[in-house]
Amino acid sequence: MSEKSRVYLDHAATTPVRPEVRAEINRMYESFYGNPSTFYEEGHEVADMLAQARADIAGVINADPSEIYFTSCGTESDNWALKGTAFARQKEGKHIITTKIEHHAILHTVEWLDKQGFEATYLDVDADGLVDPEDLKAALRDDTIIVSIMMANNEVGTIEPIKELAAITHTNSRAYFHCDAVQALGAIPIDVQDLGVDMMSFSGHKLYGPKGVGVMYLRRGKRVDNLLHGGAQERMRRGGTENIPLIVGFAKAAVLAKEEMPEESKRQIVMRDWLIQEISKRIPYCKLNGHPTKRLPNNVNFSFEFIEGESMLLLLDAEGYACSSGSACTSASLDPSHVLLAMGLPHEIAHGSLRITLGKDNTQEQLEGFVTSLENIVARLREMSPLWSDFQEGRIKAALINK
Amino acid sequence: MKYTEKVMDHFLHPRNMGELDHPTASGQVGNPVCGDIMKIDLDIEDGIIKDVKFKTFGCGTAIATSSISTEMIKGKTVDEALELTNKSVADALDGLPPVKMHCSVLAEQAIKVALKKYFEERGELTPEREAKFAILDEEDEASCPSAYTYVNSDKEHKEEK
Repeated sequence: MSEKSRVYLDHAATTPVRPEVRAEINRMYESFYGNPSTFYEEGHEVADMLAQARADIAGVINADPSEIYFTSCGTESDNWALKGTAFARQKEGKHIITTKIEHHAILHTVEWLDKQGFEATYLDVDADGLVDPEDLKAALRDDTIIVSIMMANNEVGTIEPIKELAAITHTNSRAYFHCDAVQALGAIPIDVQDLGVDMMSFSGHKLYGPKGVGVMYLRRGKRVDNLLHGGAQERMRRGGTENIPLIVGFAKAAVLAKEEMPEESKRQIVMRDWLIQEISKRIPYCKLNGHPTKRLPNNVNFSFEFIEGESMLLLLDAEGYACSSGSACTSASLDPSHVLLAMGLPHEIAHGSLRITLGKDNTQEQLEGFVTSLENIVARLREMSPLWSDFQEGRIKAALINK
Repeated sequence: MKYTEKVMDHFLHPRNMGELDHPTASGQVGNPVCGDIMKIDLDIEDGIIKDVKFKTFGCGTAIATSSISTEMIKGKTVDEALELTNKSVADALDGLPPVKMHCSVLAEQAIKVALKKYFEERGELTPEREAKFAILDEEDEASCPSAYTYVNSDKEHKEEK
């Protein structure tokens, strides 16, 4: 398959590594192999690069470099924040609060902690995927040790009111506030001072950086246990020789994303809103999932009634488009997306969902071709669907209002 | 997840898709909650399946298993069609991933629901034939947890009556 004929619309899954970042990573692999913990020139020069990368990431989120810890991925950062806090603070309490729409890196970690004797509360979300700050306030207890709420949802793109949620947490409890910002970094502004978060997780590969590198922001003075015990790396907080090429690549990607954000997010919002409008207009019995405006600039998520998501993906793939779905058939669990179900979508509507996430190389022209393909594919699958004929002949009713 | 060429061929070019105006017998299985429904229409003349059509709501594999199973029974006698099993459907597609075997079960079930009706209406449901319908008693809860609760609540409801 030639690259030319493909249109990649799944940037929430991962992104291609941009050329500037590739050049940086290749330069590291070619010329710098030293271990930053050593006492000779090969070590010193990479130690300087590591320090620079740390300062760059700190600058992107308005943190102090000493609050930046490099990890192997966003999942590790999430695990560290939750398990590290749980074990460090278990004498103060065992209560954890999170939401029903978190990434599995959070949900499965909290479930595991629940089995270890901690107690979890999962906050509901409204139909747009927003957490109600009043629900958080009501759930906080004297023994709550950590609250973990994502900044932007990976499936529906809804952006949570993190500043307000962190303030409520700190005013009403002694709990730390952790925020999974894997989808948000590079897409929307992040200022850890303004947000008032204690911990934040990031990943390199969602913003045209490499896979296999993450960051945890940990506010100075906050006490968490180590997840990876080992050498004295990362100020004795995370053992393991630093993956300098990927760390340097991540920092480069984060700096570039921040520089380009004002213009790029504006451009993506225009494309996003055009896509939302066009799909709503041209395809009957569909529904936008997620908040109409409090959403990531690149995220479009729709449910199409009477059809199933995986077959949509396969047909789109055959026409050259790469997208994603919350359908059960695209997961190993055979249950539809927990996010869509938490937002109150019935199972049958959740099965017919499609996520399109734009990237910096997508063009309006590509989207125009995409909508035409999508329109034909939805019609074709409805022709095949016994539910569609049942509906057309009046035997069943549509669950979605046709605007 | 990657499918075999046969699965993709039947998914992209489904055979016998549609509905019959006056089917001799029809079978529909699955439910929208677990994400797949299959409907099969049979036109049977003198014990031979003259025509067959399907409609399917579901994933690519569900469409492919429906399509190939219609090919496998078209032109066959009703007793030959009874020999169709979910395994033979999966084999004809050069295999299915384990999580998708459920789709081949649905294909067999849809055809057998239609055939059972056909035999029952004619008083031809002999014990030998009845033995071929064991698949219809399988609830398949392992592959669809939501269907399991659906089926269960349905049962409780009936018992209350």
